[in-house]
Amino acid sequence: MKLEVEGLEFSYQQEKVLENIELKVDAGQILGIIGPNGSGKSTLLKCINGILEPDTGEIWLNGNNLAEFSRNELAQNIGYVPQKENRKFPANVFDTVLLGRKPYISWKPTEEDLTIVAEIIDMLCLESISMRDVNCLSGGQRQKVMIGRALAQQPEVMLLDEPTSELDLKHQLEVLNVVKAQVAHGVSAIMAIHDLSLAGRYCDKVVMLDNGQIFDAGGLEILTPKNIESVYDVKVSIKDHRGSKLVIPEEPIA
Amino acid sequence: MLFFKNNITVGVKLVSTEKGILEKHQNYTSEKLLFGIVLGVLLILLAMYSIVVGPVKIPITEVIATLLGSDVGNSYTIIWNIRLPRVLAAILAGMGLSIAGAAMQSVLKNPLGSPYTLGISQAAAFGAAFSIVFLRAGALHSTSADAVILNNPYLTTISAFFWALISVGVIIIITKYKNADPETMILAGVALGSLFTAGTTAIQYFANDVEVAAIVFWTFGDLGRVSWNDLLIMSIAVIPASIYFIRNSWNYSALASGQETAKSLGVDVEKIRLYGMLVSSFVTALIVSFVGIIGFVGLVAPHIVRKIIGGEERYLMPASCLVGSLLLLASDTAARTVISPIVLPVGILTSFLGAPLFIYLVLKGRRYW
Repeated sequence: MKLEVEGLEFSYQQEKVLENIELKVDAGQILGIIGPNGSGKSTLLKCINGILEPDTGEIWLNGNNLAEFSRNELAQNIGYVPQKENRKFPANVFDTVLLGRKPYISWKPTEEDLTIVAEIIDMLCLESISMRDVNCLSGGQRQKVMIGRALAQQPEVMLLDEPTSELDLKHQLEVLNVVKAQVAHGVSAIMAIHDLSLAGRYCDKVVMLDNGQIFDAGGLEILTPKNIESVYDVKVSIKDHRGSKLVIPEEPIA
Repeated sequence: MLFFKNNITVGVKLVSTEKGILEKHQNYTSEKLLFGIVLGVLLILLAMYSIVVGPVKIPITEVIATLLGSDVGNSYTIIWNIRLPRVLAAILAGMGLSIAGAAMQSVLKNPLGSPYTLGISQAAAFGAAFSIVFLRAGALHSTSADAVILNNPYLTTISAFFWALISVGVIIIITKYKNADPETMILAGVALGSLFTAGTTAIQYFANDVEVAAIVFWTFGDLGRVSWNDLLIMSIAVIPASIYFIRNSWNYSALASGQETAKSLGVDVEKIRLYGMLVSSFVTALIVSFVGIIGFVGLVAPHIVRKIIGGEERYLMPASCLVGSLLLLASDTAARTVISPIVLPVGILTSFLGAPLFIYLVLKGRRYW
């Protein structure tokens, strides 16, 4: 078991946002966290890598309790791709990916740090824009850069917060293919995702959140019309398509 | 693939695209280095020039000989007692104000971070006014060389520093209470700034004309009042602080991507913000206490650097030091020479030059922040 969350609870100003969350993800798996807006998906991701401090609960990574990790050790093990990021001061693609080496750098980056960054930029096909300002890139390119930065952390687990929410079709697939390729090398990924068909295609396991609690969890078989209708208040039909699930929204339930 | 932890194969031959990427990055780094070297050389040349010019012009050969230790008549006294301390004061104060300004801007994620916007300068001015009126530091003499000499400059310096620290302390306490949110820091700073300005005005209202003159003169900002002892104290603060900021430039880079990203990259956000503010405020408070208010250097120098070589913190921090020193030394040299033999307080000149320069940067360079 790579990452395991036990009895996690989080509240924001007295209000419970997450309650009794349990989840497990193995090496080489993508775990999708789905649920309507405000169900606690982003909060859950932030609790896992310590951006937010849970009230109770334990998180284990390869058998080690994350509570005993320093912030830097956490950063060496868990990469995080935020939903949206606005840089105040500009930075180019290379420097942004290099920032992912921050947990390893003391005064200046080593040759190895630079080589890792160059490899990642090459792998993500960003070499032609490696010196371009990140703020001037398209949404898809920017998302790849953010993923590149998380990869530069050499993480055991990657957390992705709605990585496809602002992307066109091609970039949605490109970005998720990158994640899939990393997972094939033994990294685990946990991603909050709105598009249920993409979840049905890329995820190995799914956790369905409703109002901060786990409504259902398991393999793709839990993506049933009944579950989705209860959680999202939307009638859907589901088609199996080349081994993945297509979720087709019909109409909202009044 | 090199970057998988379990699969590290250092020494693998790089593919040509990777080499290309590294080469581009190498060129980019070399450009920054070149910029730094050019600035350094300019600073040395300007420092030399600044020692040469003045009411008594000293030939450059004599300047070099004197600096190397030979004792040639009058110029020895002029160089070692008057011009060199002044030049070093400009370099140190410019360096400290600029790197502290750069750090404040990065920590606060706000391009307006400076001793002014945080109320530190105003608090120091209040402290000086307080010491002049209530602690009797300001009974003044008038000489032909200088308009006003405070009879107890150290009391004024200590009082200015003390009040500047009070203002810093209030900001830090407020932000600690509100979780070090950058907006809170700026807003608290602006409020404190006007509070202290009101305080200074109130003191001036109740002061006699001699004391008012002393207060106004103190706020001008003047490098001529710095002694070797002051220089020593300033350097003990400015140099380690600069090293601290350069050391933390990776943390500031991460902070620029937002609090959450920074945390996910291993940055202890609250601590870095708090210490950054503490160190930068301390340095500016100390400098302002010794030399008076020197406007715009701390604000403009980091923006000039951003405009020329971009905002990457690990280049911004050291380059801001150099640009700040250069800017203040150039201003002070001009202030001493434009209407020679009258020596203008450098604070007037930096504000005159800084304000239009800043407007120009805002209009021309808006894209970079």
